[in-house]
Amino acid sequence: MAQRKAFRWHIAVFLAPAVLVYTAIMIVPLFGTLNLSLFNTGEEGRVFVGLRNFATLFGDPRWSASFWNALGNNAWFFLVHMLVQNPVGVALAALLSSPRLRGAAFYRTAIFIPTILSFVIVGFVWKLILSPIWGIAPGMLDAVGLKSLFAPWLGREGTALTTLALISVWQFVGIPMMLIYAALLSIPDEVIEAAEMDGVTGWSQFWKIKLPLILPSIGIISILTFVGNFNAFDLIYVTQGALAGPNFSTDILGTFLYRTFFGFQLQIGDPHMGATIATAMFGIILLGVGFYLFAIQRRLRRYQF
Amino acid sequence: MTKTIRLALLASTLLTGAAWAQDVTLTIESWRNDDLAIWQEKIIPAFESANPGIKINFAPSAPPEYNAVLNSKLDAGSAGDLITCRPFDASLELFKKGKLADLSDLAAMANFSDVAKSAWQTDDGAQTFCVPMASVIHGFIYNKTAFEELGLTPPKTEAEFFALLDKIKEDGTYIPMAMGTADQWEAATMGYQNIGPNYWKGEEGRKALIEGTQKLTDEGWVAPFRQLAKWKDYLGDGFEAQTYPDSQNLFTLGRAAIYPAGSWEIGVFGPQIGGAFEMGAFPPPVPAEGDTCHISDHTDIALGMNAATQHPEEARKFLEWVGSSEFATLYANALPGFFSLNSAPVEMEDALAKEFVSWRESCEPTIRSTYQILSRGTPNLENETWTASANVITGTETPEAAAERLQQGLASWYAPQQN
Repeated sequence: MAQRKAFRWHIAVFLAPAVLVYTAIMIVPLFGTLNLSLFNTGEEGRVFVGLRNFATLFGDPRWSASFWNALGNNAWFFLVHMLVQNPVGVALAALLSSPRLRGAAFYRTAIFIPTILSFVIVGFVWKLILSPIWGIAPGMLDAVGLKSLFAPWLGREGTALTTLALISVWQFVGIPMMLIYAALLSIPDEVIEAAEMDGVTGWSQFWKIKLPLILPSIGIISILTFVGNFNAFDLIYVTQGALAGPNFSTDILGTFLYRTFFGFQLQIGDPHMGATIATAMFGIILLGVGFYLFAIQRRLRRYQF
Repeated sequence: MTKTIRLALLASTLLTGAAWAQDVTLTIESWRNDDLAIWQEKIIPAFESANPGIKINFAPSAPPEYNAVLNSKLDAGSAGDLITCRPFDASLELFKKGKLADLSDLAAMANFSDVAKSAWQTDDGAQTFCVPMASVIHGFIYNKTAFEELGLTPPKTEAEFFALLDKIKEDGTYIPMAMGTADQWEAATMGYQNIGPNYWKGEEGRKALIEGTQKLTDEGWVAPFRQLAKWKDYLGDGFEAQTYPDSQNLFTLGRAAIYPAGSWEIGVFGPQIGGAFEMGAFPPPVPAEGDTCHISDHTDIALGMNAATQHPEEARKFLEWVGSSEFATLYANALPGFFSLNSAPVEMEDALAKEFVSWRESCEPTIRSTYQILSRGTPNLENETWTASANVITGTETPEAAAERLQQGLASWYAPQQN
C-alpha cells in the first residue's frame, strides 16, 4: 500500500507571498465593494438594503438611462478599438516582421512610445491639436485645402466619443503590435520554409500560415482590450471632465462610477450607488471574460513546434 | 567638525522649536491656493502684528479636491483649526455632523446682513457657523478699446445687447463673445446664472422656486434659456470644443469683444492683459427699458472653526478679525473681484472691481438659484443645469425641453415641487 504522502509545505510557503499580497490588495477590496453595494444610508446610519440599489440602478428611469447610455458608449468605445486598434496592430506587426523593411527598430519604437505616455499628456496634447482656436489640425487641413472637413470634433455629440476612441487607439496601438510582432517572430523558420517549398508565399502565406499561428495572441489582445476599455476612465476624464460632455455623449462606465462615487461639484458622493455601479462593471467584465474563456479560448487550436 | 556643526544646528532647531511652541499656531484649510501669496504677504502679517502670540498658517489644497480632502481630514482629526467654508450644503453638512463650531454668538456676526449669512446658516437661520468673507458678482466684461474703435456703447436692454452683438459680428474684427460649451459650467454659471436673475426677478423667483410656488417651466425660468439659445451665433468658431481657459485667453489676447464673466476674473485678467487694452463691465441687460435690474451677487467663501480645535479662543479671536472692516478692506483690495460681504462700505482701488460692486446700489442682488437646498438630491439641479445650458447653446435641446427636463428632475425628489 502506498504510504500517505507528507503534506508538501513548500508549496504553501512559495505561494504565500503572492497569495497574501493579492488577497490584501485585490480580493479583500473587491469583496468590500460588493458588500458596500448591498447597503445604503438610511435614517440612522448604514442599513442593509439587499439588492435594492441594483433595483434603483436598473429600475429608476434616470439611473437606468445613465447606466445604459454609459454602457452603450462603452460598447462603442470597445468596438472602435476592436475594429481599428487590433487590425492596425496586426498589420503593423506584419510589416515590421518583414525582413526587407529598413529602419524597423525606429518604427517599432516610434509607434510604441505613445503607450508609455501618461493619459494626462495624451489627452491634453490631443485636445490642443484638435482645438478649433489654437490647434494645428485646422491649419494642417487648410494647408491641403480640406479646411471644410474640420469640425470641433471633441465638442460635438456625434463625433466626440469616436474621436476619443481613436485617440486611445493612437496611444495603445503599440501593445497589439508588440504582442503580434513577438508571436510572428516566434514562428519557426522551418514552417515558413516548408510553406515556401509548397508555393505558399506573400499574402496567402500570411492568411494560411502566419495568421492561424498568431490567433491565440489575437485572442489575448482582444480580452486585454475588452478589460481595459470597460475599465477606462482616465482619457475621458482628462479631456472631457467628469461630466463627460457634450451632453454625456462620452460618458462611459468609469466616468459614471466616478461621478456617482465621489460626487461632483454640488453633487455629494454616494459610495453605495457607486459600489453598485462598480459591481455591475465587475459583472459585465466577468461575463465578457467568461464568455471568451469558455466559448473562444477552448476552441482555439494551438500548434506546438 | 561637521558633526559638531550638525549637532549644533540640530540643537538650535530644537531650541527654536521650543521657543515657538509658546505661540499658538492656527492652521487654515482652504481651496484658494491661488491666494497663498496674498495671505502670506498681506493678510497674515497684518493680523500677527496686531495679535502677538498667535501665528497663522495658511494651508490650501487644490480646488477640485478640497471637499474630499477636508472631509477625510476632519474624520481623521487632522484638519486645521480654521476651515474655509463652501457655501450652502457642503458646509451645512459639516455643521450637522458636528465638525464645524456654532459661531452665532460671535460679535462680528452683527457686521453682516442676513443675505450674506444665509449661505452658512441652518435652514431656519437660527445658527450661523462661518464668517462670510466674500461674494462674486456676475456680469459682462468688455474690451473698452475695441468698443471705442467700433463706436459702441454698453447695452442696457436685451434688444440693445443683441443689436450690439450683431454690429460686432458684422464688423468681423472681433469675436462678439468669448464663451465655449466644452466645460459646460461656463454656460450655466456665466450664462444662465448671469442673465437669469433679470427674468426670474432675483430673490423673488429663487425663493418661490424653493417654496414650490414657481416651476422651472415658468416663463421666468425658460426665458434665460431662450436668450442663451440666441448666443450661439455670436460665439467663436468651434465654440463646442472651446474650454474655459480658451475663452479667457481669447478675451485677454484681445480677439473677443465681450466676455460673460464672474468678478473673480478681474484679478486674473488685469495682469494677463498687461495694459494692451482697457476693460469695462456692464451688468446683465434687462428685458425691457425701465425694468429693475437684478444681479447675481453670489456668496462664495467664508471661514469657520473646526469644532475639534485645540485653541478655540485664539481661533475665535481670528474670526472676529475676519469679520472686521479692517479685514474686509485688506481682502477686497488684495483680491479684486472678491467682494466683501461686510455691511461697512469698503474702499476699493481697482476701477473694474468698483464698477462691478456699484451695481449693488442700482440692482437687486440675489444668489445663484440652484445653490440653496435645490441641489440636495439626485439628480442634482446645479449639475443638470450645466448640461442643460450647454445643450441649449449648442442647439441640441430646445429651451422648453431643457426646462421641462430640469423640472422633472427636481420634482423627482423635492417635495415642494411635487404638487
